[in-house]
Amino acid sequence: MDATVTTGSDENVWGGGNRPLGASYGKLMMWFFIVSDALTFSGFLAAYGFSRFKFMETWPIADEVFTHVPFFHGNYPMYYVAFMTFVLIMSSVTMVLAVDAGHKMKKNAVIWYMFATIIGGLIFVGSQAWEWATFIKGDFGALETKGGRILQFVNAETGERAAIADFAKVIPGERTLHENSNGIWYQEEGTRTTFNLNEVVEGFKANPGLLIRTETITEEGEKTLLNRQESLDKLTQAVRVVEGANLIRNEYGSRLFADFFFFITGFHGFHVFSGVVINIIIFFNVILGTYERRGHYEMVEKVGLYWHFVDLVWVFVFTFFYLV
Amino acid sequence: MAHEHKLEIFRGLIKFKSNIQKIWGVLLLLSIVTAVEVALGIIKPDFLTQSYFLGMKLLNWIFIILTLVKAYYITWDFMHMRDEKSSLRRVVVWTPIFLVAYLVFILLFEGTYIFQVFKDGFLSWNF
Repeated sequence: MDATVTTGSDENVWGGGNRPLGASYGKLMMWFFIVSDALTFSGFLAAYGFSRFKFMETWPIADEVFTHVPFFHGNYPMYYVAFMTFVLIMSSVTMVLAVDAGHKMKKNAVIWYMFATIIGGLIFVGSQAWEWATFIKGDFGALETKGGRILQFVNAETGERAAIADFAKVIPGERTLHENSNGIWYQEEGTRTTFNLNEVVEGFKANPGLLIRTETITEEGEKTLLNRQESLDKLTQAVRVVEGANLIRNEYGSRLFADFFFFITGFHGFHVFSGVVINIIIFFNVILGTYERRGHYEMVEKVGLYWHFVDLVWVFVFTFFYLV
Repeated sequence: MAHEHKLEIFRGLIKFKSNIQKIWGVLLLLSIVTAVEVALGIIKPDFLTQSYFLGMKLLNWIFIILTLVKAYYITWDFMHMRDEKSSLRRVVVWTPIFLVAYLVFILLFEGTYIFQVFKDGFLSWNF
C-alpha cells in the first residue's frame, strides 16, 4: 500500500523518492514514536531495578502483596495479573485480525475485531483500576518505625499474617481535632488510621500468639520472623500505624515499591487508556467508511502497532513487577 | 505494508497455511509461555531459587528469557516485523537494545554499590 500523500514532483532519489525502509511515512513515524516510548519505559524499569538492587535485602515480595482476585476471598497470588495479561494478549490478537481483515478490505470484519479489541482494552483498564484500589486500601495494616521500616504481624500458630483490626485494643480517649484556629494554620488534620499506635501496641502485648515480621529477607527468600521477645523489643521502635499504600508510606514494605508501582503501572495504564480512545476513533472511522473510500486500511495498521506496543510493555512490567 | 506475509516461525519448523492461522498459532505460543511463567512463579521450585547464575537466581533468568521470547513474537508477528525490510528491523530493534543494555548495566551496577555502602558502611538506616 502506498503512502497517503504523494506530490508527484519529488519522485527522484534526492527529492525523497527513495524509500530505503520500504514503509509509508505514517508507519515510520509510528515506529519512531514506539522506539522513543520504549526507551521511556525502559528508563522507568531500569530506575525500578536500581532502587530494588539498592534495597535488595528488604524489598517487598510481590507474591505477598498482590494476592487478591475480585469476588473471591483468600490468598491467590498472581492469578488475577495472569488473567489481565491474557486479556491484553487476546485484544492484541483481535487487533492483528482487524489489520488482516483490513488488508482484504472486509469492512464488517474490521468493525467487529476493532470492537472486540476495545472491549479487551476496557477490561484491562478496569482490572488495573481494581488492582490499584485494592493496593491503596491495603489488607492487614502494619507499624512503621522511626527509620521508616515496616513491621508486619504474624500469627505464631498458623504462620499467617494477622490484621491489626483483629487484635488492636480499643482504648477510649479524648482527642482534640486539629483546626486552623487552635493549631498550626498551614497544617492539615490529615487522615487518621482506624487504630492509633497505642491501641495496636497494647493489643499486641495482650496477645501472646503474635509475632513481628520485619522487611529483611532471609536466605530462603522469606521475610524475617522475630521471636516473641525480639518482637516486643522491636515494638518500642514503632512510631505510627500504616494502613494501605500511598506515595508517602505503605504497609507492604519499602516506600519506593509503592511509588514505582503507581508510577509505572499508572503510566502504562494511561497508555492503555489512550490506546482505547484512539481505537474508538478509528472504530467509528471504519463504520463511517472513511478507509473504504480511501482505498486502504493503513490507519488500522498504525493504531494496531501502538496497541501491540502497549501489550509489549505490559509483558515487561508483568515480569519485573510481579514475577522476578 | 506488503500484503505478503511470511508464514514460517521457528526458522521454518512450523509453516502456517494463512496469516490468520499464524496469528492463532502465535497466541497459543504466548499463552503457553505465560502459563509456564505463572506456574513457575507460584510453585517457585527450590532448585531454581537456590541456584545462581551471574549473581541472579536461575528462576529470574528463566522469567527474563521467557519475557524476551514473548516480546520477540509480539513484535515479529503481531507488529509484522517479520514482513518489514531488514533495515527497518535493525533500526527499530538494535537501537533500543543497545541503549537499554547500557542503561541497565550502569544502574544495576550502581545500585549494587549503594547496597554495599548501606550494608557495610557506617550508616544506619534499618532501625
